[in-house]
Amino acid sequence: METSEFRLRARALVDSPALTYRQRVQALAGLAEEALDPPRVSEECAAALASGLVNDLAEGNAPYRPRYLLPDYATALAHGSEFLGLEVPHDLYEAVAFLLSMYSQVPSITGYPVYIGDIDRLLEPYAVGVDDETLLKLMRLMWVTIDRSLPDAFTHANLGPDDSRVGRTILALERELLQTVPNLTLRVDVERTPDDLVLDAVRTVFACGKPHFVNHAMMTADLGDDYGVVSCYNSLKVGGGSHTLVRLNLAESVRRSEGGLDDWLQTVLPHHVELTAELMSARITSLVEQARFFDHSWLAEEGLVHLDRMSAMFGIFGLAEAVNELVARSGSVGRYGTDAAATALGWHVVERISELVAATPLPHCEGNGGHAFLHSQSGIDSDLGVTAGTRIPIGEEPPLLEHLLAVAPNHRFFASGVSDIVHFDETAQRNPRAVVDVIRGAMSSGMRDVTFNLDSNDFIRITGYLVRKSDLAKLAATGAARHGSDVLAAGSVANSRVTDRVVKRVISCESTPRPAG
Amino acid sequence: MSQPRALLADVVPFSWVDGPGNRFAVFFQGCNLDCLACHNPHTMPQLTGRAREVTVDELVADVRRVAPFLSGVTVSGGEATLQASFVAAFFQTLHDDPATAALTRYVDSNGCADAATWDMLLPVTDGVMLDLKALDCETHLALTHHSNAPVLMSLHHLAAAGKLAEVRLLIVPGYNDGEDALRDTGDYLAEHAPGVPVRIIGFRPHGVRAAARDIPEPTTEDREHYAEWVASAVGAELVSIV
Repeated sequence: METSEFRLRARALVDSPALTYRQRVQALAGLAEEALDPPRVSEECAAALASGLVNDLAEGNAPYRPRYLLPDYATALAHGSEFLGLEVPHDLYEAVAFLLSMYSQVPSITGYPVYIGDIDRLLEPYAVGVDDETLLKLMRLMWVTIDRSLPDAFTHANLGPDDSRVGRTILALERELLQTVPNLTLRVDVERTPDDLVLDAVRTVFACGKPHFVNHAMMTADLGDDYGVVSCYNSLKVGGGSHTLVRLNLAESVRRSEGGLDDWLQTVLPHHVELTAELMSARITSLVEQARFFDHSWLAEEGLVHLDRMSAMFGIFGLAEAVNELVARSGSVGRYGTDAAATALGWHVVERISELVAATPLPHCEGNGGHAFLHSQSGIDSDLGVTAGTRIPIGEEPPLLEHLLAVAPNHRFFASGVSDIVHFDETAQRNPRAVVDVIRGAMSSGMRDVTFNLDSNDFIRITGYLVRKSDLAKLAATGAARHGSDVLAAGSVANSRVTDRVVKRVISCESTPRPAG
Repeated sequence: MSQPRALLADVVPFSWVDGPGNRFAVFFQGCNLDCLACHNPHTMPQLTGRAREVTVDELVADVRRVAPFLSGVTVSGGEATLQASFVAAFFQTLHDDPATAALTRYVDSNGCADAATWDMLLPVTDGVMLDLKALDCETHLALTHHSNAPVLMSLHHLAAAGKLAEVRLLIVPGYNDGEDALRDTGDYLAEHAPGVPVRIIGFRPHGVRAAARDIPEPTTEDREHYAEWVASAVGAELVSIV
């Protein structure tokens, strides 16, 4: 970047009437990073990035914090923090204040923490002996403070799999406050989580689109007991996280092959996986060895994150278009999601990629045995004509049962998350038990992540994060938004027909040319 | 030995409007009423080229495939009790099969079945959702071309057996929407089916035959009035509106 361009763009940000003070500071930091050279890669890799075959979600030229960090809040509460100058909390008031203080010092790609902990497990011990009214008041203050001080819908809290007073209080508050922040996940263990808790969560979905549901048994099998769901649908190890998320555009990959299925699977795809991994490797090395994040982060110093629990996320998207093109080349007409053979080909492709990624070593990824976690990346606001992750294209989704059975076999390959958003009309609201049945059935059938969108409330799930339709209308009218994620959502709505989804289920793209996802 | 066969109008693997939770709904072909307001008139005739024949094993296999997603199975129609021996065999097999044993088994009926039919079904049935088109016999005749005597007998029989899961009142403006009639219906249900939930369903012209297309659709406010009149005796907690 020329100095003159830098100066012009910096001036535009400083003078921007649409940005809050903090948004200006963040944008200026992004601009400064852009002025540096990106991590060095081969010419072919750089070309793949420039052309969109490989995409780094514009994480920035000079990685200086991991994309997703999952601090071990339980250890912090148990030992206090020298960096924060906080003693071990002894009651619920001190514990809430401790966590709120800590959140302000947890980095991620968005500038805000993408993970604020397993709130029920963290706070339930402090809630013993606290009366219901006090608990509700304190949790309401905490929840309002999180929304106002961390105005980013990628900030994510976890609940479950067990029932708790704190968990129930938070679900009630979600229905009352109708905030987009924090994003929320309920872990569901079909053997262990009571139906009544899932039902309470389903009623909360009707009010505000949250929580997202994850299959606890699958998660613990892949990630161990200490995992968290962060940002959109990204599941990672607590005390670790993901250095980076780089994604491979499968539709584009197929377009670049000239042969048939075998040629693509055996020759072209492995090469494109290599190019993606090359970029990941360069970014990880830059973060860990040049910016040396783990050498001077207070979180690492106090044992709240560990380099050996870190990994990286290898994302894929555009499976539907890739499969449809391969099927067409073979002279058939079936489409991914509705034709059995095409759908099965999709499963086969995912399995093949999973094998390739598992065989590709990456530096500083001891959190997953020296490899990346595979991730079905749910899109960004600038994606056009290519379907998010491994979803079925918007408007082509079969009826609910067929939809679930078509996508479920993919889920076991995506330890770090996959989303197939199911969109309901208000029939569901008269029979919430039916939604509980669908969740349990989906999980018994091997689905890892289950997310709902409901047509009749003010909330819309863009990729994995939420925005309010009323906030989008305000953004359109005034050009300004308090939540940074609203700005990204506006791009998704404009570019990917998010609001035109077929009633029944929703697709979209995870967002952002900038942070998160 | 040849298996019993049934004639089906349709099967819906996921239904959210045919009883509690997510249900596998089986719509039998053929009905013994002739309701003006029927929204599935093609299911009325006993014989039609559109229906398909199935065996118990075929139908159970379809249920097994989706059983993890279900609260239960509901047989509806048409009128399922017209093919009661098939329903009994179907429910017995669901009960005996470990993969489907946990599912609840419901019958959605117009009530035109005799005591012997119910006695065959009830041992393998968890609940019956019964339509009561009108408490007044003349009104019932006008709406269905049949007397409601068998329906009321079914109601008594099912309530006494503890298997009456729900009573459904389809309100057709100009026919059975009068305040006095609905208050009487509420009194009757409070006495003869105490504690049983009542669902108020407003007429919708969608799918009905030409003769019923000009009947107005009740407004939300109308439905609330219907519910209030019925609830005065039954109790508001038992009355819901669709």
